[in-house]
Amino acid sequence: MDVIINLLVNGLATGMLIFLLAAGLTLIFGLMSVLNFAHGGLFAWGAFGGVWIFGLTGSFLLSMAGAIVIGMLIGLILERFLIRPVYGDHIQQLLVTLGGMLVLSELLKVFWSPNPIPAAVPSYLQGSFDFGGIILIKYRLFVILVGVLIYIALHLLLTKTRLGLIVRAGVIDKEMVQALGINIKQVFTFVFLLGAGMAALGGSLLAPYSGVIFAEMGMQYAILAFIVVIIGGMGSVPGSAVAALLVGVLGSFMAYFVPELSLAVNMLLMLFVLLVKPSGLFGAKG
Amino acid sequence: MLLQLDQVETYLDQFHILQGVSMEVKKGSITVLFGRNGAGKTTTLRSIMGLSPIRHGNIRYQGEEIGQLPTYMVARKGIGYVPENQGIFTDFTVEETLRLAMQKGSDEEKEKMAWMLDLFPDLKLYWKKQSGHLSGGQKQMLAIARAYVNSNGLLLIDEPSKGLAPIMVEKVMMHIEQMKQKTTVLLVEQNFFMASRIGEHFYIMDEGKIVHSGQMHELTDDEEAKQKYLGIA
Repeated sequence: MDVIINLLVNGLATGMLIFLLAAGLTLIFGLMSVLNFAHGGLFAWGAFGGVWIFGLTGSFLLSMAGAIVIGMLIGLILERFLIRPVYGDHIQQLLVTLGGMLVLSELLKVFWSPNPIPAAVPSYLQGSFDFGGIILIKYRLFVILVGVLIYIALHLLLTKTRLGLIVRAGVIDKEMVQALGINIKQVFTFVFLLGAGMAALGGSLLAPYSGVIFAEMGMQYAILAFIVVIIGGMGSVPGSAVAALLVGVLGSFMAYFVPELSLAVNMLLMLFVLLVKPSGLFGAKG
Repeated sequence: MLLQLDQVETYLDQFHILQGVSMEVKKGSITVLFGRNGAGKTTTLRSIMGLSPIRHGNIRYQGEEIGQLPTYMVARKGIGYVPENQGIFTDFTVEETLRLAMQKGSDEEKEKMAWMLDLFPDLKLYWKKQSGHLSGGQKQMLAIARAYVNSNGLLLIDEPSKGLAPIMVEKVMMHIEQMKQKTTVLLVEQNFFMASRIGEHFYIMDEGKIVHSGQMHELTDDEEAKQKYLGIA
C-alpha cells in the first residue's frame, strides 16, 4: 500500500510541475494562437536562476520569486521582439520559437555550465513525514501544495476578475474583445508574462526535485507539456491541470510496474484522446 | 452628422471589396444598409470598426477621423458592434458577458444596463445561464445589449434577423426600433419588409459601391428600385 501511495504522490508532484509549464502554454495558444516552443527554455531558465539565487541567498522562497522574475523578463523580451512581429504566421512562429528555445538553452551553457549542475533541497524541506507507517517525502508534498495554490490562484484570476474575463473572452473571440474597447495586445503581453512566470516557477521547483539540472531539460519537459495541452484541450486551464496529473500519475505507475512502456505511455494516452475526442478532454477548439 | 464615410476603399487580401463607399448616418436615426450577399455590407461595418482596415478614404465619427484607428480605439470612441455571427462568448454567463461590456462600471453604464434589462427581460431571467445555451433570439438580444452597454452613441448591427424564426425577427426588430430613443443605429439587413418598417434612411450596396440611397418611404414606394436592386417583385 505504501508503494502505491508513494507512486501516487510522486506522480501528482510531477504532474503539478508539468501543469505549471502547460498552463501558460495552453493560455498562450488559446488566446494568441501561438505555439510557443521557447516555453521550455523559460522552464530551464527558472531552474538555473532558482538554483543560482538559492546558492547566493540561501533562501528558497527568494529563489522561487527570483525565478519568476527572470522568467517574466525573458518572456517580455520574447513576446516583444520574437513573437509579436510574427503574430498570425504559424510557420514563422514555429521557426522563431524553436530558434528561441535553442538560444535560451545555449545561453544557459554560456552563463553557467554545459555540464549538469546539482540542486539541493532546502534543509527545512528535506526528509519525510511518517503517516502511520507510510513514508512521504516532504519536498514532493511541498511541490503538490504549491501546484494546488497556483491552480486556485489562476482559477480565481480567470473567473473572478475583469482581467480574467478578458483573457477567457479572448480565447473564444479575439475580434469581439477588441470591439468592446479592449486592447488585446496588452492582454497578450500579460498572458505571456503570466505563462513565463509559471514556467520559470515550475523550473525552480523541479531543480531540487530532480537533484540535477542541465541546459536541455527545457525541451524534455516542453514535450510533456505539449502532450498535456493536447490531451487537456488547447486553451483550457482545467483541462491542462487534469491532463498533467493524469500524465504524471500514469508515468509514475508505469515506470514502476511496466518500465519498458514508461516513455511510450504518454504518447499512447495522447493518441487515445485524439482518436476519441480530437479537441481534447476539456477543449472546445479542434 | 454622426458618422460619415467618404470614398472608403477596403481590400481583403487581393480582393477589392469596398470601392469608394460614401454614406452618412444622422444622429438619433435608424439607417439601413441593404444589398445582396457579397455586396460589401458586412465589410462596411467591419471597416468602420477597424476590423477590416481601410486602404483609402475617410471615416469620421462625431467629426473626428477614425479610419486609421485600431478596433479597440474605435470602440472607445463610442461605437458598439453586433457582428453577423453575434460574437457570443459561449462559456460566459449572461451576467459575465454584460459585466465585461461595462468598461468603467460608471453610473451611466449601470443605467444603460438597467434600461437594457427592462427592454430584454429574458436576459434578467437567464442571468446566470451560459450564453452558449441561450436560444438564437436570446443570443441576439444579448449581443445587442452588450454592444449598447459598451457603446456611447452608435450601434452597428449586422443582419440581426439571420437564422431567427419569423416571430423572433419581429421581436428583435421591435426592440431595435425602441432603442432609437437612446442611440443611433446603422443596420445591415436583407429582410427588407422588417427593416423598412423601422428604418428612416437607406443605402443600397452592390459590388462594393453604394448604388442607391434616400428616405425609406421613397424606397418603399419605388417598385422599380426594389426590383432592380433588391430583387423584390
